[in-house]
Amino acid sequence: MTSNSIIRPDLKLIADLIEPNTRVLDIGCADGELLAYLVANKQVDGRGIEISQDGVNQCVARGLSVIQGDADNDLAEYPDQSFNTVVLSRTLQAVHQPRNVLVELLRIGKRVIVTIPNFGQWHVRLSLLTRGRMPVTKALNRTWYNTDNIHFCTILDLHDLIEAENIQLLDFVPHQKNGKRLNMGVTRANLFADQALFMLEK
Amino acid sequence: MQASPFNSIRLFESEPLCLDGGAELSPVDVAYETYGTLAADGSNAVLICHALTGDQYVASPHPTTGKPGWWSRIVGPGKLIDTNKYFVICSNVLGSCLGTTGPATIEPETGEPWGTRFPVITIRDMVRVQNALIGALGVKKLLMVLGGSMGGMQVLEWLATYPEKLHSACVLASAAKHTAQNIAFHEVGRQAVMADPNWQHGRYYSDETAPSKGLAVARMTAHITYLSEDALTQKFGRNLQERDAVTFGFDADFQVESYLRHQGSTFVDRFDANSYLYITRAMDYLDIPGRHEGRLADAFLDARHVRCCVISFTSDWLYPTIENKRVVHALNAAGVPVSFAEIETRFGHDSFLLDVPEMDRMLEGFLATAAETYEAEQSP
Repeated sequence: MTSNSIIRPDLKLIADLIEPNTRVLDIGCADGELLAYLVANKQVDGRGIEISQDGVNQCVARGLSVIQGDADNDLAEYPDQSFNTVVLSRTLQAVHQPRNVLVELLRIGKRVIVTIPNFGQWHVRLSLLTRGRMPVTKALNRTWYNTDNIHFCTILDLHDLIEAENIQLLDFVPHQKNGKRLNMGVTRANLFADQALFMLEK
Repeated sequence: MQASPFNSIRLFESEPLCLDGGAELSPVDVAYETYGTLAADGSNAVLICHALTGDQYVASPHPTTGKPGWWSRIVGPGKLIDTNKYFVICSNVLGSCLGTTGPATIEPETGEPWGTRFPVITIRDMVRVQNALIGALGVKKLLMVLGGSMGGMQVLEWLATYPEKLHSACVLASAAKHTAQNIAFHEVGRQAVMADPNWQHGRYYSDETAPSKGLAVARMTAHITYLSEDALTQKFGRNLQERDAVTFGFDADFQVESYLRHQGSTFVDRFDANSYLYITRAMDYLDIPGRHEGRLADAFLDARHVRCCVISFTSDWLYPTIENKRVVHALNAAGVPVSFAEIETRFGHDSFLLDVPEMDRMLEGFLATAAETYEAEQSP
């Protein structure tokens, strides 16, 4: 089996928040990097949902249990509170019904970890201000008409939704693409962070 | 008595096979093929379950037709299911006609072929026979059981009935119950057989003539359900059969007609009409959720240790993705580790038998990691 001891820095931030020997569902698990790490290093019972055939095949070849599907359509069948942690990493902006998905995640999982690319970051704001066109960044690297990301939000936008839905925010970790944590609150992070991690509970 | 041309074993001699329908069968002959060698620790056994009109010749030529084994594309030395590594078992299902006890077999009490006196069987009855067979072959636990279509239904019954004997299970293009549409198509096939005057309520074995016309029509109908509209259009369109214009008659003007007639007429050379009735009935009776008040997940509660893989195909309208997904959701709800993909193909239900690279990749990864984890489990 491939070595599962080193993972992408932003995934490591997620992995560090997950308790050993628990049940984890990773939605949009891609090639299974995070799940494989968690299974190897934290002995979790890990499951994945992934839309691409290629991602599914890579996960299966890693010995992971992964179902081809997406967050909009495949969450209803999971029983209430069937996972200790549900992870939705950089996927919320690509779903059709972000609010419904968030509610579903909190039904299925005792805790939910959501990470988002931050559309409120100053680079992005400056790009829109100066160019007058929808920003294309490294993390959000497609033009408006062909991007999968249909619900861009900023850190403050997601924070507002969390408050409006009376969801508990257990942890907030703004960070850069390289995984470097930024020690700041939501308002400043909204200006400076590339991405942010929210750990939530009902 | 003539020696059987098939590799076979006699089971259920001292204890009869108790069937779901309440009847008992004794003895039961099981025709089977094996490929490769069973490892000393018994850890490399793979059981492949065949579909409705399939047979035990998964990787070796069919004795009647001479055609290569039905899954020899992926089963054999050095192939995806490598018989240099794995001990592959495939047996003819109960009720079929290639050496395993079925309606064409001689009934011990009368010395005559069973015909329609043969008891109605179920998919679970087929699996009970397979379980006895692997025991007789010295296999305590299967590294993997896999199958497509009716083969997948057997895999699901293995998961529901003998989960302790499985390390992993793979279901292709299948379902846990027959829908009204599935039953309807089978009923058309059975009515075609029974409407043939040669059928004679199943007592045709001593006659010169079998109900071949009826069986051929049954096969023609069924064959349409194995393909997709797209595949038929691609392959035949409205092309004419060796003529420049339609004949204003009922000859096979169209290529698709000629193709179906050929499918029907070659089928009757290798298959028994009564077996067709019995096996289609067994599939119609399949309703695993029905045994658990509609909760399919309850059937799999003892299978939490079994690694599962389910594959469906976009163009399969016989056992479509939604039926396969019901299985996946039930396995998930029961806490069984399961992987699933809906693979894009144009060929319809038959896709699982064809060259579909994405399916191969998934099977390959699944089998390799199943073998790896099974080995790790066995070493102290």
